[in-house]
Amino acid sequence: MDIPKEKLVFAKHRERISDEALKTVPRSYLADAMLRFTKNKSSVAAAWILLFLVIFCILSPIISPYKITDKDSIYTGYPPFVPAFSHSGILDGGRIYDSQNEISMAALRGIAEETGMDPFIKVLDVNEQKSRYRGHDIVRKTYDIRVNAYYALGIVHRVFSYDEFDRLQKWQNDTGIQVIYPYVLPRDIEGIKNNPNLWYKVDQDGRAILREDGSFIPVYATEKEEEGVPYYSIRIPSDDGSYIYSVKKSGAVQCRICYYNYYRYIMGHEPFYIMGTSSMGMDLFGAIGVGGRFSLLFAVLVAVINLFIGTVYGSLQGYYGGAVDMIMDRILDILSGVPFIIVATLFQMHLTAKVGVIGSFLFAFVLTGWVAIASLTRTQFYRFRGMEFVMASQTLGASDTRLMYRHILPNAAGTIITSCALLIPGIISSETSLSYLGIVDLSSISGTTLGSLLSQGSAHAMTSPHTILWPSIFIGLLMISFNLLGNGLRDAFNPATKGVN
Amino acid sequence: MIKYTIKRILYMLLVFFIIMLMSFVLVRMLPLPELPPGDPHTEVLKMRREAMGYNKPYLMQFAIFIKSVVTSFDWGLSDKLYFGQEVWAVFAEKLPATVVVNLYSIILSIPIGIGLGIFAAVRKNTWIDYLISTLTIMVISVPGFVYAFVIQYVFCYKFKIFPLVMKTGTDWFSPEMLRSMMPAILSLSLGVIASFTRTTRAELSEVLTGDFMLLARSKGLTRTQATVRHALRNCMVIIVPGIFGEFLGILSGSFVIEKIFSIPGVGSLTLNAINGPDYNIFMLSTAFYTAIGLMGALVVDISYGFLDPRIRMGEKG
Repeated sequence: MDIPKEKLVFAKHRERISDEALKTVPRSYLADAMLRFTKNKSSVAAAWILLFLVIFCILSPIISPYKITDKDSIYTGYPPFVPAFSHSGILDGGRIYDSQNEISMAALRGIAEETGMDPFIKVLDVNEQKSRYRGHDIVRKTYDIRVNAYYALGIVHRVFSYDEFDRLQKWQNDTGIQVIYPYVLPRDIEGIKNNPNLWYKVDQDGRAILREDGSFIPVYATEKEEEGVPYYSIRIPSDDGSYIYSVKKSGAVQCRICYYNYYRYIMGHEPFYIMGTSSMGMDLFGAIGVGGRFSLLFAVLVAVINLFIGTVYGSLQGYYGGAVDMIMDRILDILSGVPFIIVATLFQMHLTAKVGVIGSFLFAFVLTGWVAIASLTRTQFYRFRGMEFVMASQTLGASDTRLMYRHILPNAAGTIITSCALLIPGIISSETSLSYLGIVDLSSISGTTLGSLLSQGSAHAMTSPHTILWPSIFIGLLMISFNLLGNGLRDAFNPATKGVN
Repeated sequence: MIKYTIKRILYMLLVFFIIMLMSFVLVRMLPLPELPPGDPHTEVLKMRREAMGYNKPYLMQFAIFIKSVVTSFDWGLSDKLYFGQEVWAVFAEKLPATVVVNLYSIILSIPIGIGLGIFAAVRKNTWIDYLISTLTIMVISVPGFVYAFVIQYVFCYKFKIFPLVMKTGTDWFSPEMLRSMMPAILSLSLGVIASFTRTTRAELSEVLTGDFMLLARSKGLTRTQATVRHALRNCMVIIVPGIFGEFLGILSGSFVIEKIFSIPGVGSLTLNAINGPDYNIFMLSTAFYTAIGLMGALVVDISYGFLDPRIRMGEKG
């Protein structure tokens, strides 16, 4: 090949030759961790659920028409009820009544007829029992029915002062809602005293004596000498003006009131319990929010305090090592050897009078809670202690404190802080169990706690399972999501798992 | 190894002693319950309190306490709950219920837990592994009392398979008794099963990827043979200490489960002693739970050392 030399030219003649700048965008540690976190689907889902639960805790006490101190004495452990859905199948206040005989079926019909609110939702099952009695075949029918528990309560006896009775009558006149129903004297219903729902003729067993057309025979009292206070308000349609609506009761009057309408008089609205009422008569929807809010705040507070103490302790241990480490480690051994329930109890017994229930409870959690953080910090400090950048800084004359908190700690911070997310569910779980066991009673301060809700509910779990169901679901979701989130964060912030899927 | 073991045991005793001293002083600082006047035991209790040194300095009291415990195993008399009775006798009476319930649950849960763990590890990254792992995480996360409530509602209220509360009596191994304890056993087992499943799965799936497994397969062993003879054996180093620890833990039981299912065990006794308050019973419970906790950790550590010479924690030289 013969090419003249002058034809040869450098490809980049007269151009500046330099390395090309990196076109990739540098990514910070945090951004990298977040990216890896978002790749973990279950953790992201857990984060959303957690967010939902937190929002629930904030909003539910606000949405709920009840304050946490509103405790209804009669609607206790009642099923979920929203008035608009009263016969729809869900949120209808439905409760199943097993094996109801004719007497109680008639009683329910009586309530429906008198108050105008029909408790029947559905007949689930009819059982027939055949038996022989004095040579006759007798068929007894019992019914399994679903009734609206709020309506089925019907009428209750109440004693009012004259003023209160007057106010009630005025309210009736203003709103047109009937609360007070005509009085029935026990002697007219065969001396039965404890069933205010009877207003019709019955025999000694409480069985309704019906007219031939199957209707009830009313036995409302008309004796004016028994009447407590003159009545000037709404009368029932069948009343010809002779029925009395109250009887004398030593300086007050006793009357029959429809509890559902009385509730509207007291609260200003109909019963509205999305999750039913607790066995203390609280609105479960709001109560779970209040309890959950307390649990979360408490757990975060404990975690922050423990994080602080644990980090300081662990950093001293890890930084100085040797004898300091050994002595401090022995102290940790002792602290971690004390069973938590014992610590909580002793603190409760000693400190409650001085610093209050929450204070002593907090102390109990703080006393042993930071041990895990301390040992984690210690390991991290051991890891970074001998590294070149620390030595370099030391050579330049940096003080111990500076080395510990300006150089080593920032490197260990990610791991330590994320481990907090795994501590919180443990704290919530212990707090809930202890208040369930009744070792601490926090309800006087926070209104209620999840543990108290569970413990109150468990006594009536058979009749009103929802009182346990909703708090359990709440705690279950909270725990699962916190743990998944914590695992996700730990993996994302742990440089060792980088690039591993 | 023996030297190490003895050292660990002595150290454990020291820690135990210090914890006891602290809680003893804290308990004795509390005001004593009033004794009912006129009760025949009151005079005895007063004399006992005098003998226990209730008006001496705390350290003296502790010395008397330790002395009577060590020499005659005398933990004092109950002055509230079981008026005038020996605390240890009351405690010993409650222990079997806790132990039996927990024993059943361990017997039930260890094979299931390890089995599920092996199953999940062998079928790693299939739907069945995902199912088992998800359930495991859920069961471990959710506190025990939540599924205890579910079990109680479903099995005891709804379908009435098991009675609501535990049968009374001391025929611990009769079928009737077993049936009445079943809900509690199930609730206790779930957590144990889940933790064994998780450990086994994590360990086994790591071991299964080891080079020696490839060697075992290439020398002609079947997959099952290789898994059982080589992989499982290596896993056991981690799993067996866990089983030991769990067995010791059966003594302590669970407060919540005992309360939910009304098991007349040590947990209920401790709770009553706290609410009583009955300080002598409380002191004994403190000693008991502390000892169990410390011994659990010790047994796990030492059995690691015995099983695997590479792991001898804290041993120098």
